Amino acid sequence: MIEKRLQIKNKWGLHARPAAKFIKLTSQFKSQVYLEKEGERANGKSILEILSLALECGSWVKVKVDGEDEEEAIRIIQDFLCKEGT
Amino acid sequence: MRMRGIPASPGIAIGEAFVLKSENLIIPKYKIPQKRIANEIKRFVDALALTREELSKIQDKVEKEIGESYPEIFSAHLLILDDPALTESTIKNIENTQINAEYAFSKVLDKIAETFSHIEDNYLKERAQDIKDVGRRVLRNLIGRKEETLANLKDKAIVIAHDLAPSQTAQMDKRKVLGFATDIGGRTSHTTIMARSLTIPAVVGLGDITQIAETGDTIILDGNRGLALINPQKSTLERYTKKRRQRMYLERKLDKLKNLPAQTTDGHRARLLGNIELPKEVEILDKYGAEGIGLYRTEFFFLNRRELPSEEEQFQAYKYAAEKLYPQPVVIRTLDLGGDKFASHLETPKEINPFLGWRAIRFCLAKPDIFKTQLRAILRASAYGNVCLMYPLISMLQELREANKILNEVKKELKEKNIPFQLDIEVGAMIETPSAAVTADLIAEEVDFFSIGTNDLIQYLMAVDRINEKIAYLYQPTSPAVLRLLKHIVDCGHSKGIRVALCGEIAGDIHFTLFLLGLGVDELSMGPLAIPEVKQIIRSVSIEEARKITEKVLSFDSTEKVTNYLKKVKEPLKLLYKKP
Repeated sequence: MIEKRLQIKNKWGLHARPAAKFIKLTSQFKSQVYLEKEGERANGKSILEILSLALECGSWVKVKVDGEDEEEAIRIIQDFLCKEGT
Repeated sequence: MRMRGIPASPGIAIGEAFVLKSENLIIPKYKIPQKRIANEIKRFVDALALTREELSKIQDKVEKEIGESYPEIFSAHLLILDDPALTESTIKNIENTQINAEYAFSKVLDKIAETFSHIEDNYLKERAQDIKDVGRRVLRNLIGRKEETLANLKDKAIVIAHDLAPSQTAQMDKRKVLGFATDIGGRTSHTTIMARSLTIPAVVGLGDITQIAETGDTIILDGNRGLALINPQKSTLERYTKKRRQRMYLERKLDKLKNLPAQTTDGHRARLLGNIELPKEVEILDKYGAEGIGLYRTEFFFLNRRELPSEEEQFQAYKYAAEKLYPQPVVIRTLDLGGDKFASHLETPKEINPFLGWRAIRFCLAKPDIFKTQLRAILRASAYGNVCLMYPLISMLQELREANKILNEVKKELKEKNIPFQLDIEVGAMIETPSAAVTADLIAEEVDFFSIGTNDLIQYLMAVDRINEKIAYLYQPTSPAVLRLLKHIVDCGHSKGIRVALCGEIAGDIHFTLFLLGLGVDELSMGPLAIPEVKQIIRSVSIEEARKITEKVLSFDSTEKVTNYLKKVKEPLKLLYKKP
């Protein structure tokens, strides 16, 4: 299992369309993906759970990935969340 | 019964009501024996598959019919449908509590809805509606109940609903819909957009019309005034039937009318243009004889979405209008929205007094990125036709100068990149604040034209909130204060040699036509449907007669006297309303 604390740089945070893109990304991985903010945990493959975390640009989030492709998964997730712009 | 709402799409419809009741699904609850659990899960998975199929079908249909950005809504629906928070949690629920699928699923839905209701974000609150929509579909399929839909519309009717979603309107036979009346909604909701693009009347924001009207009731829908009359009195029905018939006769004469000039008997020309709200409305202008677009509202691109529209998307829409209407003018108004409308984009605080707040040009000057993107799109489109641009809500010369400074920066950038545009694109100012009106002579020195926005001007001049019913008596275009100020603005514009247009509600109100003509207004821009009648009035008089009327109107000391006097000018319309 890999755990990493990341700050979201994506301009719109993880709302609606970016969240939809994020789900498409995480669904490709065999690994489980979880996001945690202030003790609340969301399944990284569920748009509903992610939206309910209300992740704004600038907020810190703990990302956990667990599974055979976790190395690749965390790299791609980090790229997505920490990329500036949309 | 007479109900007042928001006039969303003009015209009058008379017909039977078809009320789309929002259904109350009763969720059964029962225990599932251990050996039937797998079966129950399969029942749930099948219902999901069926729902997925339904949604894809509707998505295809909407894509074909409306195109643009609507299919995205369904992608969101499909995404929700496959979400593990819904599916896996429900399956777990069925297994752990040995409860039936309907109940297990509805519990999961409730929980998600609860979470979403605590989020303070309008966009996400709307998504809660999506979740409910999807949820209801799945439940219906589980229970095995057919959806009550607009597909059941057999005869021509006025559709009455709480609100209409693209998924609902996609299923209806458009030839059978006479008009829309809804409980909620505003000038940019889906119902409004749909009605305007079908050119059928609509009144939205009626409160609880779905509770009051029954399928089969006789309904009069007045999309011009925002009224819905349920089972009206015989005399009212007759009055509206007559109006409706007159309009029908007029519509049959449009082909002949549209090419006649808006010219007085002694040869004075005025230009009649159309106001448009949606890119698609460009197509109906010719039918009514519009000589171009006098007010292209651009808010549509910015509403009902999370992200700001791209330069390319705006450019394509403006270019389409410019090419299609060339050599007629297309006057594009830059963004007229405020901070409150962008709360979800920009995290701006709510304002106590949004009409006096951070909006329109004030907002654009503070957000040069958004402003520049739009200016670039407009300038690029100007290479393809006769495009003009105008700034809304100018309150002082300084704002105009600042806006022009930004415009010049954008021009310079385009020049450096060798992107073609009209170098001397005409730039106008909307005159809709008392401060701009009073200093109109100064502003006129630095613009190519004025466009008077009377709706806001009246509100600001009279210090009256136009939505507040209690003080509606103050919101009167016939008030001597308003009329005098109009004269001042027109005179200022003309003394500096620029043209003066008017694009408020009164431009399309036949009672004002002669007054405005006599005042010397050069262009009237209105909802396209009003053009034939306004033109007929203009064609019935000489400019001398119109000037006399204007003089007389300006001499009155009260709103009542003006209103009574202006009522009498309808005579020339009889010709239009005659059976062809």
